[in-house]
Amino acid sequence: MLPRSQIVLLISLATAGFISAFSSRIDDYILDVVLGIGINIILAVSLNLINGFTGQFSLGHAGFMAVGAYAAGTLTTGPGKAWIAASGISPAVLFPFVLLAGGLAAAVVGLAVGAPSLRLKGDYLAIVTLGFGEIIKVILQNIESLGGSRGMVGIPSYTTFFWSFGAAAITIYAAWALVNSTLGCGFLAVADDEIAAEAMGLNTTRYKIIAFVTGAFFAGIAGGLYAHLKGYISPAGFDFNRSIEIVIMVILGGMGRHVGVVIAAVLLTVLSEKLRDFGDKRMIVYSALLILLMLARPQGLFTWKSARKAIAG
Amino acid sequence: MTEFLQQLINGISLGSIYALIALGYTMVYGVLRFINFAHSDVFMLGAFVGYYAVRKWGIPAGGVAGGLLVLCLAMSICALIGILIERLAYRPLRGRPTLSVLITAIGVSLLLQNLGQSIFGANPKAFPRLFPEANLHLGQLSITSNQLLVIAVSLILLVALHFIVHRTKTGTAMRALSFNATASSLVGINNDRIISFTFGLGSALAGAGGILYAMNYPSIDPLMGTMPGLKAFVAAVLGGVGSLPGAALGGLLIGLIETFVAGTGWSTYRDAVAFAILILILLLRPAGLLGKSRSDKV
Repeated sequence: MLPRSQIVLLISLATAGFISAFSSRIDDYILDVVLGIGINIILAVSLNLINGFTGQFSLGHAGFMAVGAYAAGTLTTGPGKAWIAASGISPAVLFPFVLLAGGLAAAVVGLAVGAPSLRLKGDYLAIVTLGFGEIIKVILQNIESLGGSRGMVGIPSYTTFFWSFGAAAITIYAAWALVNSTLGCGFLAVADDEIAAEAMGLNTTRYKIIAFVTGAFFAGIAGGLYAHLKGYISPAGFDFNRSIEIVIMVILGGMGRHVGVVIAAVLLTVLSEKLRDFGDKRMIVYSALLILLMLARPQGLFTWKSARKAIAG
Repeated sequence: MTEFLQQLINGISLGSIYALIALGYTMVYGVLRFINFAHSDVFMLGAFVGYYAVRKWGIPAGGVAGGLLVLCLAMSICALIGILIERLAYRPLRGRPTLSVLITAIGVSLLLQNLGQSIFGANPKAFPRLFPEANLHLGQLSITSNQLLVIAVSLILLVALHFIVHRTKTGTAMRALSFNATASSLVGINNDRIISFTFGLGSALAGAGGILYAMNYPSIDPLMGTMPGLKAFVAAVLGGVGSLPGAALGGLLIGLIETFVAGTGWSTYRDAVAFAILILILLLRPAGLLGKSRSDKV
C-alpha cells in the first residue's frame, strides 16, 4: 500500500489524463486560460519553497522561467528540432524530456545564481535576484540565434491539459514531500531564525541553495510548458512584472502555505483574465492589494490557522 | 584622449544624478533598515512635477529664475509625497519583520508606477526646457550647459545635505537614530518625526534628481524611475549603505562605469553592468567601499 500522499498524486495524474482526453471539446480560449492556471500553480508553489518556507525573498523567478522556456524552446524549435525529427520518436513522447531539460537548465542557472547570492540576507537578496532576473533578460535579448529581443516564434503547441496539470500535481507533491522531510525542517529553521539555525550547527547556506535550486527547477518546467502553450516567447515577457505577479500569488496565499498559494494562483490567473480589458488598472488593483494585505493581513488571505511567526512577527 | 575626457564628463554628470538618488536610499536605510523601493518612483514624480509645472501650471521656464523655481517646486512636492508615503504605508508597519515592510515598499512602488501610467499616460512625454541652454566647446570637447548645471546643482545639494546632517540639531538626531533607535528615543528624540524628516529630505533629493535627469534625457514616462533607481541603489551599496559620502562616491563610480561601458562595443549590456557590480561588491566587500561592517547581535 502506497502512502496516502502518493495515492493522491496518482489520482490527480489520472484525473488530469482523463480530462485531457476530452480537452478538444473545451473552448480554445477557456482551455488556454485553464492551462495557464496549471503553469501559474507550478510557479507559485515553486516560489513558495523559496519565499515562503525558507524565508528568502527572491524577485527573479521569471528569470528562471525564461531559462526553462528558452531551453525547452530550443530543443523543439531551434537546433534540436532536426535532431528530434531524425530520432523518429513521437514529439509527444519526448515532451516530458524536453520539459525536464528546461527544468535542469533553470536549475543549473539557479545554482549559479544562488550559490553566491544566498549568502546575503533579506532585502539584499531581493535586489540581487531582481538583478539576476534582469541580467538573464538582457543576455537573452543579445543572443541573436535565440531570436534576440524579437523572441522565439513557431514553438509547437505540445502543452496539453495533462502536461500542465500533471506537472502541477507533481510540483505540489514534490514541494509537500520536501517540506515534510528532514530537509524541510532545515528550511523552516532557516526561515524562523537564521542565526539560531546556524548556532544549532545547520549549514544554512546549503538549505537555502537546495530550496532555491528546486524552486528554479520547477520554474524552468513551468517555462517550458508556457513556451509550448503560447508558441511564442520573448525576453520582455519574463520581466520584473512577471516575477511580481508570482510573488503576489505567494503572498496572497500566505507564505509557507500550500493550499492557500494554489488557491491564490488560480484566483489571480482568473482575475488577470477578467481584468485584461482594463490594462494598467489591473496592476493598480494588484499593488493596492499588496499594500493593504501587508497592513491588515500579512499572513495571507487564505490562512486560517495562526500564521507562522517568521512572517507575522 | 578627447574621447576619454568627453566620456568622463558625461559620466560625472550622470553619476551625480545617481548620487542624489542613492543618498535617499542610504538615509532611509540608515534610520529604518530597509530598502525603500518606492524611492525610484518619487524620482519619476519629480520629473513629472517639472513637466506639469511648465506645461500646465504655467510657470515660465527657460530662464534661470523659472528653472530654479521649478526645481524647488519639484523638491518640495516630492518631499511631501515621501513623508506621506512613510506616514500611510510604512509607519503602521513599524516593528514588523523587514519582509513585510519590503513587500509593502514594492507595493507602493508598483502603485505609483501604475497610477502614473493611468494619470499621466503611458506614452513618453517631451520634457520642457527649464534653463537656458548652450554648448561649450573646449577644443574637441563638447559640454552642454545642462551637464554643467547638473554637476553644479548636485554639488550644492550635497554640501547642503552635509550641513544639515552634521551641523543642525535635526541632523544630529538623524545620526543618533541611525546609530541606535532605542537609545535615541531614550534621550528624548521623537523618532517618528525624525524618520518623517529623513523621508522628506531623501525624497526632495530624488525630486531634484528627477528634474536633472529629465533635463539630460528629455523623454519622461511613468516607468522611467526603475532603471536609474536600481542603479542608484547599487551605488548606495557600492559606497556602503548608511554612509552618505559612500553614496555620493558610489553614484559617481556607477555613472562613470556605465558611461564607459556604453562607449565601448558593449552598449547593449549597459543595464546589466550595474547588477554585475552589485553582485561582485556584495560578494567581495558586503559593507561597501566606505561602509563599516556590522555583525549581528543575538
